[in-house]
Amino acid sequence: MILQQFLLLAAALFSVGLYGALSQQSIVMIMMGLELMANAVIVAASAYWYFASPSRPDGQVVVVVALVLMAVDMAIGFAVTTAIFRRRDVDMTDSAADLKG
Amino acid sequence: MVEQLPFWGGLVLPLVLVLLVAAAAAWDSVLASQAAGSRNGALIEPFRAVAGLLVQQRRRTLAADLLLSRGGALALVVAGFLASLVTPLGRWVVADFSIGIVWFNAMEAVAWAAVWLVGWGANSAFGLIGGYRFVAQGLAYELPHMFALITAALGAESLRVADVVAAQDELWFVVWMPVAFVVYLLSVLAMAFWGPFDQAVGPDLAGGASAELSGVDRLLFEAGRWLLLVSGAAFAVPLFLGGGAGPLLPDWLWSLVKTAAVLAVLVWIRRRVPTVRMERYQEIAWIVLIPLTLVQALVVSLVVLAR
Amino acid sequence: MWAHIAFWVCAVGSVVTGVAVFRVDSMARATFALLASFVFAAGTVLLLNLAYLGVLVILMMIMEMVVMVVFMIMYMMNPAGLMPMTMVHNQKGSLAIAGAVFAALAAGIFLIPWPTSGEPRPEDTTRALGEALMGSKMLVMMVLGLCLFATMVATVVLAAHRGRYDRYGDRLDAKRPHDPVRGGLNR
Repeated sequence: MILQQFLLLAAALFSVGLYGALSQQSIVMIMMGLELMANAVIVAASAYWYFASPSRPDGQVVVVVALVLMAVDMAIGFAVTTAIFRRRDVDMTDSAADLKG
Repeated sequence: MVEQLPFWGGLVLPLVLVLLVAAAAAWDSVLASQAAGSRNGALIEPFRAVAGLLVQQRRRTLAADLLLSRGGALALVVAGFLASLVTPLGRWVVADFSIGIVWFNAMEAVAWAAVWLVGWGANSAFGLIGGYRFVAQGLAYELPHMFALITAALGAESLRVADVVAAQDELWFVVWMPVAFVVYLLSVLAMAFWGPFDQAVGPDLAGGASAELSGVDRLLFEAGRWLLLVSGAAFAVPLFLGGGAGPLLPDWLWSLVKTAAVLAVLVWIRRRVPTVRMERYQEIAWIVLIPLTLVQALVVSLVVLAR
Repeated sequence: MWAHIAFWVCAVGSVVTGVAVFRVDSMARATFALLASFVFAAGTVLLLNLAYLGVLVILMMIMEMVVMVVFMIMYMMNPAGLMPMTMVHNQKGSLAIAGAVFAALAAGIFLIPWPTSGEPRPEDTTRALGEALMGSKMLVMMVLGLCLFATMVATVVLAAHRGRYDRYGDRLDAKRPHDPVRGGLNR
């Protein structure tokens, strides 16, 4: 097992998540794309820790930060969605373009 | 002290679990027949029910999501088995992971998702409501459950189940972390939607998450429910009741006896306590149980630091 | 050898189920396809001897997907996929951008000379992580704690339908809160 194959997996997951985050209209699906991107960060950080600096715990701490980030972003995302939905009964980002332009 | 079995341990584990499930189901059936006025054949009632379910016709609803509902029932059964991979029977354990307690936690979280999948997949209103009742119940019991598990790991200063058993050489954990033990038992009841926490499959919803199940599907679902109860009760023994420790009998027999005792109490509670509504249990869990488990963890960590 | 096979099975499974998240019609299947992608990725993390982090990812992701399932039914119009529907905007542009990013990252992965280290690996990675978080990386722990607390407060503020004036009256002087459902402590 070499570092490159783990990084390739992380790059693939990141690209799939990026496609989802850019192309989906519904907030729930955008968040699924963001979760995939954070998943890619977890795989990449674990691989870097194992192959490049295993005696230091920094890589594992990055993974913990990425996990907390996933939880936080889901929580806030759904809270914002709830607030917007209560106001306007929509859940698509195209209808939330108030700050645009 | 706890030694890991070779590969055939994984094949013996389902047999031991099925044996415990049969014993617990027979005890439940005896209690039911006592409550209904004595009836003959209470002990073999579970086996007759299994035979009946095997030949019963399977039901398919319109536009059911078969992948999710059958997958959910299978995941429920598999979660029960996988969670017991780390439970030692006396001296023998199938897999002694270094993170055994977190593994058990992860496997029974699979059960939380699995019941929702079964309720959702049937494309039925009652199933949907039952599934969401179980999701709400999970929100209530998961946090106190995790804190109780962490408290036991804290007392042993390790996440490995073998270390937790070894740390109870002098004093069982149930003696100096009673709050964690009680909260753990409540969580096992809630996790297997048993006893006072069976609103998800309650009679007011025509069976709730299991409303549209019949035949082999219902057998798989009920088997998964029993397996969760047995696996949770079995894990209480190495965590809080000292594993296989005891004076006269061999350690595997002590493990079985203690598991049977915990199971007997858990099965009996169902007949004595009425169903608790989820919104009431939510408030109790978040406002009473979580602070209690946190204080218990604080006490345990102070003791661990002091010795 | 088994590690290689396990890695490639988990990697391919993770990417395929990740793509399936955006291809299936049913939102329930999309949520659990995402969970499958996470479980496969956690499998690769377990292969790197990070047992605690791998099992933790599985545990947390199952719980997050079940929570997502609640919101998915609340907000999405086709949760069971009974009608085929795609809700995308700018699909070709997104595909192009994602493809370009993947090509750039893959080029970087194969061209950059990555550092290797001959340092000894710790046997107990969990203990190393715990000691780091409580010792040299205590600042990270504190910031994470603050961040989580801020998240909890912010989500409740954003999502709570009724405030304390709705519950206790205009002068906050009601003895019991006016809730539609009474809680378990008879408050």
